[in-house]
Amino acid sequence: MAAIELRGLTKVYPGGVTALDALDLVVPDGEFFALLGPSGCGKTTLLRTIAGLEAATGGAVVIGGRDVTGVQPGERDVAMVFQDYALFPHMDVADNIAYPLRIKKVPKGARRGKAAEVGARLGLDGLMDRRPGQLSGGQQQRVALARVMATQAQAFLFDEPLSNLDARLRLEARTFLKKLQRELGVTTVFVTHDQAEALAMADRMAVMEAGHIRQIGTPAEVFQRPANTFVAAFIGSTPMNLLDATVRGDTLEVAGCKVPVPASAEGRLQDGERLVYGVRPEYMAYSDGPADAALAGKVAIVENLGASYLVTLDVGDVAVQAVVPEGREPAVGSDGHAVPRRDRALVYRDGELV
Amino acid sequence: MAQATSPPDAAPGEDARARRHSTDAAGLGRVRAALFTAPALALIAVFLVFPALWVLYLGLTTYRLTGADAAEPQFVGLDNFVEALWDPAFWDSTWLTVEFVLGSAVVGQVGLGFTIAWLLRDRRGPLKRLVEGLVILAWILPSAVVSFLWVALLDRDSGTLNALLGIPGFPWLLDHPMLSIVVFNTWRGTAFSMMLYGAALGNVPPSHLESARLAGATGWQQLRDVVFPHIKGHVLTNLLLISLWTFNDFTPFMLTAGGPDGRSEVLAVHVYKVAVQSGELGYGAALSTIILLINLVVAVFYLRLLRSKR
Repeated sequence: MAAIELRGLTKVYPGGVTALDALDLVVPDGEFFALLGPSGCGKTTLLRTIAGLEAATGGAVVIGGRDVTGVQPGERDVAMVFQDYALFPHMDVADNIAYPLRIKKVPKGARRGKAAEVGARLGLDGLMDRRPGQLSGGQQQRVALARVMATQAQAFLFDEPLSNLDARLRLEARTFLKKLQRELGVTTVFVTHDQAEALAMADRMAVMEAGHIRQIGTPAEVFQRPANTFVAAFIGSTPMNLLDATVRGDTLEVAGCKVPVPASAEGRLQDGERLVYGVRPEYMAYSDGPADAALAGKVAIVENLGASYLVTLDVGDVAVQAVVPEGREPAVGSDGHAVPRRDRALVYRDGELV
Repeated sequence: MAQATSPPDAAPGEDARARRHSTDAAGLGRVRAALFTAPALALIAVFLVFPALWVLYLGLTTYRLTGADAAEPQFVGLDNFVEALWDPAFWDSTWLTVEFVLGSAVVGQVGLGFTIAWLLRDRRGPLKRLVEGLVILAWILPSAVVSFLWVALLDRDSGTLNALLGIPGFPWLLDHPMLSIVVFNTWRGTAFSMMLYGAALGNVPPSHLESARLAGATGWQQLRDVVFPHIKGHVLTNLLLISLWTFNDFTPFMLTAGGPDGRSEVLAVHVYKVAVQSGELGYGAALSTIILLINLVVAVFYLRLLRSKR
């Protein structure tokens, strides 16, 4: 077990593309850490640089107090689950799990024993002599996990571990992975482009954009108080309302409506300042009749989210979204009023949280 | 049964009835399809099937290029085959051919082709294009041209190689005829294996190699555990093709003419000498049939291996 520390880590590809721009990051021992971001943000490059599959252009990777920046991947004592699991098709499950042990010259009996032990723990008991081609996606994923566990590495790296599973299985695997990581207590960094996955599994997470880390925090922090408008727009299954606003005394003028200054920004705004007002659709109280400090408009679209509905209001010429519990969804074309929760609304100045 | 809690308003559309024509993909029907293929089949029959059968027949006769047997060949059954199997010259040629195939095809072309493909696998840019260009050039030039180039290279008194090595007068083609044609054929045919392995290596999933690297596998272990199992089928196909091509290759004749004293007389050259130079067409046809049988055995052997892999 070991902490992972990145100091000024930089990766510039030969073509001149800067994939990682002087990143600093500490993942403490035993943490389940998510790297989240849109495709091309550098999250996979970061993971691969930690693994040693990509060479850093600058900065240092420190694992368990040892500077491994120039060390070969095989010497770093990390193990990785690849997006496609990278199981060897010509080896049976037991051999796949035991492969890293075979490379480490562990005797055959010992490594078969270890493979059986880890396989049993992941529910692969009856499958040990099957080939990967004969397994379902979920079973293949567990074989890949078992291979990683058998190495007893200091840290685990997962590259999009759930993206090859179908939607329902993905939810099960999410819970399973989180439980497993907790039991093993091995420092684990995983990459995902799915914000729900990151929020659900991680102890802490980093949100990345274009080679930079835009916010590091617990899922609750990142969800409730996104540090900037990029994170605000990226996190959440329904995107946050980000509306242009002007300060008018102790209220904000948003799309022609007046709302109070959010609790978090009280006393820090200047009269007449132009800002961005952010509030999640989940943090809106919706009513058909007029309400105080509401964003009022016409209902344009109603989307079914299952137990709730996502209502899009045309407020002036901007769209505002609010989540409404089932049974209370309005008809399209009717008048609607959405009241932002004052303790959950946020204000961004030049893209950064006030 | 699907339960429609809210059925669609419109009635289901008219179903397909445009299925009246024949069931084959092109919709031609047997007769018209046969008509389309007939010209090609006729050409194959005239220029491929008939000569092959004719050779089988000639092998059973005393047919010669000149003399009485040219006008009225005698039917002698399997005499020609028996004669071939008792002829030391035939066995010498067979052995030289095996050497030629193992040396230039299996070791030379496969080894060199794979090595180049492996070394160039991650490279881009001018170096890769230059190497590939040179290798492929050796492959696409006409045999007569490259043979002449190699004769010029290996020439005893004014050859380029001797000039480079500073040993004028060293008779490569006389002292080392087999080595000369093995090296020549390796150079000549490597391009095919290189390109085939280049494509095959492109199909090895990078994550598998990386997985092995993370486990600490050395380059050799990566080849053994990841690359080779993935390209096994390609290797066998490649071996099959180039073994047969090399087995039947006649180009060595243009370098050494089978000499000196038969020391580079591979089977293809042997047949040519017997049938065309000595005029024993019947005996040559029998030798050709034997070569065909050897080819069949080799092909079946490889195909068995290929099938057992799956």
